[in-house]
This record gives sequence, structure tokens and C-alpha cells, in this order.
Amino acid sequence: MEPILQLEHLNHVYSPGTPFEHRALIDIDLSIEKGSFVGMIGHTGSGKTTLIQHLNGLLKPTSGRILYNGEDIWISKQRIHQLRFQVGLVFQYPEYQLFEETVYRDIAFGPKNMGLDKDEVDRRVRDALRFVELPERILDHSPFELSGGQKRRVAIAGVIAMEPEVLILDEPIAGLDPESREAILRNIQDYHATRNNTVILVTHNMDVAARMSDQLLVMSHGSLYLSGTPEEIFSQTEALEQTGLTVPEVTQICDHLRRRGVPMPRGLYTVEAARDALLAMRGGSSHA
Amino acid sequence: MLSNITLGQYFPGESLIHRLDPRTKLLLFVLYIVALFLGKGLVSYAIMAIFLIVIIVMSKVPPSSLLRGLKPLWIVIIITGVLNLLFSQGQTVLFTWRRISVTLEGCYNAGFMIVRIILLVLCAFMLTYTTSPILLTDGLERLLRPFQKIGLPVHELAMMMSIALRFIPTLVEETDKIISAQKARGADFESGNILRRAKALIPILVPLFISAFRRADELAIAMECRCYHGGEGRTRLHQLKYARKDYVAYVIGIVLCVAVGILGRRFGL
Repeated sequence: MEPILQLEHLNHVYSPGTPFEHRALIDIDLSIEKGSFVGMIGHTGSGKTTLIQHLNGLLKPTSGRILYNGEDIWISKQRIHQLRFQVGLVFQYPEYQLFEETVYRDIAFGPKNMGLDKDEVDRRVRDALRFVELPERILDHSPFELSGGQKRRVAIAGVIAMEPEVLILDEPIAGLDPESREAILRNIQDYHATRNNTVILVTHNMDVAARMSDQLLVMSHGSLYLSGTPEEIFSQTEALEQTGLTVPEVTQICDHLRRRGVPMPRGLYTVEAARDALLAMRGGSSHA
Repeated sequence: MLSNITLGQYFPGESLIHRLDPRTKLLLFVLYIVALFLGKGLVSYAIMAIFLIVIIVMSKVPPSSLLRGLKPLWIVIIITGVLNLLFSQGQTVLFTWRRISVTLEGCYNAGFMIVRIILLVLCAFMLTYTTSPILLTDGLERLLRPFQKIGLPVHELAMMMSIALRFIPTLVEETDKIISAQKARGADFESGNILRRAKALIPILVPLFISAFRRADELAIAMECRCYHGGEGRTRLHQLKYARKDYVAYVIGIVLCVAVGILGRRFGL
């Protein structure tokens, strides 16, 4: 596996030299593998959003380097413009960025900025729409007539239509009903599976992070606090709790059981794994 | 990108200037403007400048940020200076070019005009840098209250002003977010001719307006829910109260204004 994005000693300071000076990112070293699904968790204000805005060059680091495919992204202005299409970023509450008269034109905004021809734009719009499971007939509607969940999906489609190598989503399921939440997560997973691209998912939701990622990053007070596989991360319940985060519900249950003397292994984070562990303990008899 | 907007910017602090009553600061600001226009010569402007410098030092606001605030005004200042330089009447002609002549009086006028504008703007900055927008509107409302008798909707005006001020940072932040989001989709705001650039603003303005209206709606509902019904019978959490330092400030301000007035109008200094 080769890294697609690398951060070296990344620092970011907001409003330096004023009373509002704030060190948002402190010496971050990080490598993201090509084709991986990375979950990023952390408290509000821990620097997650600031960090991901560096990955497509929206923010310039105060110091440190960002490498995309081994190449410094800040070598030229054209490079940054190109990078925006290679590293697609879906912001928090992306539905507030919709502006066009029709859903079609809004999704086409990104691909058009890439300078693609009409047929290619059309193909991408329809492909993206399929990924977010919206019917083609809404293409002619105004995005402002749609429901909240649909708007969110149109906005995500607008970024997917650029077919980025790395897709970053900042809290894509915040403020949605459970059904829309599951749908969007499923869309992201399908997209990752079909395109085999890299996905970075920023979320508050431990269960989602646990279930979907190969690699987890835990941010705390502007630093990268923990990094590893979900299993490694969620076997460190105490460390997570120190930063005010929790582990997935099923991991909490396992921890409780262990405290009561049931020899549950550490770092279980899916219901299936917990079930298998419990069944194994009963002497391997299967009830499945 | 938009973080250099200084409009209504407030520099939190605990200095004596910060703790003055907002009414005191507002009225002293008015007095200062009056004095600026009463002054005539080097002496009165020197006094005014020293007075302002003392206030700036006392307020502990970094001078660099004051200068940064002046930046967008340089063009206005320079144009005013040049116009005064070229079109002032005077006896002592320094040199003539075609039909335009530069006089010594013109030089003085231009210089004083520039100093006047800079002092005025800096004094306005001192007011907004050391007074939080909420206190400022409170002070304004209290000062304008006598005009209620002649039908001026003072409370409503103050409420509108504080809401507007309150939402400036929110909307700036929102604009920043929208710009970032559109940039992430490859929007380009920096190249092309004027028409292209104007068109490039649509993806920012449409979401911004929609969100402004949405916020206005939500705020109106929230105010209704808390039974807001205008200023009548409304009490305040923070009562404005003059302290001794305010009276001292008033005395200093009036003395300064009168002194500069006499110096300027009587002696032409």
C-alpha cells in the first residue's frame, strides 16, 4: 500500500498576532493509504475541520508540508486548483451551498469547473445521482424544493460528480433522521467499494466510525491523539474517555462484562464480533 | 479571506477606556469631532493628536491593528489631500502649472484635512474597539430616549442595530464557509474579466441570501416564543450607570473641546 496523502509537521494558527490567536493544529504527522477508509473522530473544536481543509488546499499550513502522491501541493496555484478535483471535500451541512436553479445544474457545477465536455458532465451527473440513490426525475426540480435529506444527498452528489481520488466528508449525517443517515452511509460505502478510492469520514458517531473505517484517527486539542485500526483504538477505552469521547456501545458492554469477570477480549467494536466471542466462550456451540 | 473586515470590530480588554460607560464614550466621540472642526492650526491639532494617542495607549489596543483598519481608507485620504492641495485659494503661490496653482495655504489645508480625517477615523475605531456592540447600542438607545417623545422608535432602532451588528460576524463566517465549499467544487473567483468575476459571485450570494432569510425567520420566531413585544415595560439585565470616572472623562472632554475651540477660533492656532 502506498500513501496518497501525507502530512509532515503540519501546524496551523488562526489570526496570529491578535487577541484571537488560536493554535488549531499542532505538529500533525499523518499518512493516509491509497484506497483506505479512514474515520476521523474528535470533540467539537479539536481541529478536525481545520485539518481536512488543509487536505485540498483550502487552508495553507502555517508551517509543515502536505504531500499528495508524494508531491508538495503548494508548489503552484494551478496545482491547488487541480487538487480540488482530486481531493473532493463535502462540508458540514453541505445543503447550504446549493445555489442553482435545478438539481442537474447544481451537481454539474463541479464537473463544469473541471472543464469537461457536455457529454462527460452529463454522464457524471447521472452517475453521481445514482450513487446517492435519487430518482432522475428530480434533476429538473429546484434544489430548494427538496427535503433536508434529499438536499444533503444532492450536495454530496455535487462532489462525487467530480470523481475525486480522495473523498472527504465532514459530518455527513449530522442532523438527519435515521433513515436518511443509513442511506447516506450506504451510498458512501458503495461508492468506496465500486470506485476503490480513498474516503475520509469525519464523524461524532463512534458506532459509525467503528463500523466503516479501516483506520481511525482521534483528534484532541489540535493534535493527533491516537491513530490505528478500530480494534487498536477501541481497546483503549480509558484513553478515549480522557478526551471526552466514548467507545461504541457494544464495546462499552464488553468492557462492563470484563469488569464483572467475563473474559471478553479487548477491542471488540461490532455486534457480530461480540456475539462470536460470547459464543466461543460457551464452548463453541453454535446457535446461529 | 474576509477576516480583515474591521467594521464593528471589538477588541476585548479590561482597560479604563474599556470600562467607561458607553454613553460617555459616544458623547466624547461627538465632542472630539466638534473639536476637530473647531481647531485651526498646528497647536490645536497637536493637542488633539496627543489626546488621542494617550487614549490609544491607555486602551492597550495594538496600534498595528488600528493602522490595518486605516488601510482601506488611504485612497479617500489621498484624494481629499490632493483636491485640497490643488483647489485651495491662497496668496502665496508656490508654483503654477497650466491653470492650476499650488499655494502655501493649499499645502496647509491639505495637511490639516488629512490629519483631521485620520484622527476622526482613529477616534471612531477607539470607540468601536473598546466598546462591545451590545453596550454601544445600549448606550445609543439610552442617549436617544428623549427623542421618543417626538415619535422616534428608539427601542426598535436600537434593536435593529444590535441585531445587525450581532449578525455581521455570523454572516462573515457563513460567507467564508460558502466560499470554501464552492472553492472545493473548483469555483474560481480570482481570474477572468469583471463580468466573469461578477458571475462567479452567484454561487456565493444565492446561498448567503437564503441563509440570511432563514436566520431572520428563525430569529423572529425565537423572539416571538420569548414574548418579545417591543421596548415598552422592558427591563434590562445590565443597567447603565455613570461612575466617577465617567464624570472625570466628561470634564476632560469638555475642557479639551473648549480649549481647542478658543485656540482655533480666537487665536487661529
